[in-house]
Amino acid sequence: MNGSPHYLDELLFAVFPYMAFFTFFLVTIQRYRMQSFSYSSLSSQFLENQQHFWGLVPFHYGILAVLTGHILGFLIPREVLLFNSVPLRLYFLEVSGLIFALLTLVGLCAAIARRLSESKIRRVTTTSDWVVFVLLVIQVVSGIWVALFHPWGSSWFAATATPYLWSLLKLNPEIQSIAAMPLAVKVHIVNAYALIGFFPFTRLVHILVVPNPYLWRKPQVVRWYRRAGA
Amino acid sequence: MNVRSQISMVFHLDKCIGCHTCSIACKNIWTDRKGTEYMWWNNVETKPGTGYPTQWENQDKYSGGWETHNGDLRLKSTGKGKIVFNIFHNPHQPSMDDYYEPWTYDYQELFNAPEGPDQPTARPVSMVTGELINIQSGPNWDDDLGGSKVYAENDPNLAGLSDEQRAQLSAVERLVFFYFPRICNHCLNPACVAACPSGALYKRGEDGIVLLDQKRCRAWRSCVAACPYKKVFYNWFTGKSEKCILCFPRIETGQAPACFHSCVGRIRYLGVLLYDADRIEEAAKRPPEELVEAQRSIILDPFDPVVIAEARANGVHESVIESAQKSPVYQFVKIWKIALPPHIEYGTLPMLFYVPPMSPVMATKEGNTIDHTSEDLFHDIDESRVPMKFLANLFGAGHEGKVRYALRKQKAVRWYRRAVTVGDVPMSTAEHMLREADSTVEEAEAIYRLTSLCTFDDRFVIPPSHREEAIQMLESPEEHRQSAGFGFLSGPRRGI
Repeated sequence: MNGSPHYLDELLFAVFPYMAFFTFFLVTIQRYRMQSFSYSSLSSQFLENQQHFWGLVPFHYGILAVLTGHILGFLIPREVLLFNSVPLRLYFLEVSGLIFALLTLVGLCAAIARRLSESKIRRVTTTSDWVVFVLLVIQVVSGIWVALFHPWGSSWFAATATPYLWSLLKLNPEIQSIAAMPLAVKVHIVNAYALIGFFPFTRLVHILVVPNPYLWRKPQVVRWYRRAGA
Repeated sequence: MNVRSQISMVFHLDKCIGCHTCSIACKNIWTDRKGTEYMWWNNVETKPGTGYPTQWENQDKYSGGWETHNGDLRLKSTGKGKIVFNIFHNPHQPSMDDYYEPWTYDYQELFNAPEGPDQPTARPVSMVTGELINIQSGPNWDDDLGGSKVYAENDPNLAGLSDEQRAQLSAVERLVFFYFPRICNHCLNPACVAACPSGALYKRGEDGIVLLDQKRCRAWRSCVAACPYKKVFYNWFTGKSEKCILCFPRIETGQAPACFHSCVGRIRYLGVLLYDADRIEEAAKRPPEELVEAQRSIILDPFDPVVIAEARANGVHESVIESAQKSPVYQFVKIWKIALPPHIEYGTLPMLFYVPPMSPVMATKEGNTIDHTSEDLFHDIDESRVPMKFLANLFGAGHEGKVRYALRKQKAVRWYRRAVTVGDVPMSTAEHMLREADSTVEEAEAIYRLTSLCTFDDRFVIPPSHREEAIQMLESPEEHRQSAGFGFLSGPRRGI
């Protein structure tokens, strides 16, 4: 480490993330306020009901599990490292992570194949959908690449990526540990920022409106126009 | 007691001529937009037939409506427990193939085709993909029993009919069918509302109209599967569900909904019913054979001083109570008991009621002299060409009693009027029949008048909406600045 990382690393790991998050917050909030009608998962199950299952179900279960793993590594790195101190547990975590990542990839490929093969589905596919697909493929493939060729990520993530991410959060980015990373890891990180920055312009916003309150609200909904708050 | 008012409906099937004017009126106003071409918020089906979407009554296929499980009501499709696993792919969601792929015709070809030996034709073009398509089926493909081998014979309501009865329905020269116009039932216990994870669907407290908040719908699609009547539709273009709004902008300005207004046969009635909202769940849980009565029991008497007092206390406007007292729906449903809810076994407590249709008697009985003994006066009710069991499957959760009662009373009214106007039946016989049918001369006159001589104002008793009291109007006027109509800044688009 000579203390002065390459300017490209500086740009990609210290400037780009702030641009991405700034866009993310600005546009999602503004879109929610001004164009709440446009917040939709834009489901196309109605137009094609069979392939939909094989694409959407593995993709969603896979990506949710993988994302949960990343968030845990970010929030509780010590506990993850402690868990991994027993090799068997480390193998278990790595293999299950890989399985979920492959599940995501399979689902993603099925979803893309469905969009290409069904003329009705092609009709409702926009440019932003294709950008999302490209970004997601890069993200998942680079993630699987890292898992295969730079193994034990669940441990080194906690030791390198987590401090970097926290430094970003503290508005004092320290990118030395990231600058030394292999290319696949760098691609994975930069592409994640691209995904976050482009997120508010796509159908991905449906993630933000996942209907948790449904699980505890009363089944029937009545709205009164005369009684405020009733 | 928690008294609420509901704008309710009666469709008199004996008067429906199957002209589809209602469907066209609705389509022209509400569903001529992109993504809604395939939707028919109002449609008219031929019964027996498979309807729209195909076999919508087959809940083994669609899993619509409610079921009781260990004494609790729960959705058959995706309630709270199942939605977590089914949100990515709803296993009961119908697809466009269950409805039909909307199409137009390449009319330009008629003008632009190069000169040739054949007449040019306008080939069908899909309104989804814009490509030429080979039309397989469409809405009302089974109109007037068209293709009955494919459609009518697969009507789910034929369950429980004997082979003889089935054969009788389609026997040559004895063919029989009737029309079944359908809109959203604006149910008391709507499955669509209970299924919506976003809380976008809601029932209006003041008049019970079930609406879908377009800005809160996120296309989780649960409503489409949950509604057993398949009257919530998914707009494939905007990614939002849509449904019949009972023309609330018309109702709020004192006009009847478009399908009611345009009804040629004057089969449609609209009026307020007061009901006890605290007893909805209790009523919906009753076993199928008690459901018709259970729903009637929570519809309250608008003349009862206790009900009036409770209604006032609950904020029901004086003018709404008055229109509840004049409601034609109350007469049909609660006083005369000749209007019945469709498929009450689905548990949603629909607030659209049907007067079951009379049908010609069996041809084998033709030429028989009328036997005036009391046992046989109503014989042709049970020997009508449409088997009682079929009507019972539609309007009585499979139980014939309530349907038979409604048909007997209708028949008695006919004989009474025949005695009055034609005079070939002694009045004593007519009165005897009325007694047998649990009716009176006064009631028969009233039924006759509201059925045959009804004016616009008799059929549609629309309560004032009192929008001047709505809190909406007290909100910031900035809220809808630069917007027109119903509050959108821009036309409905797909995504951003």
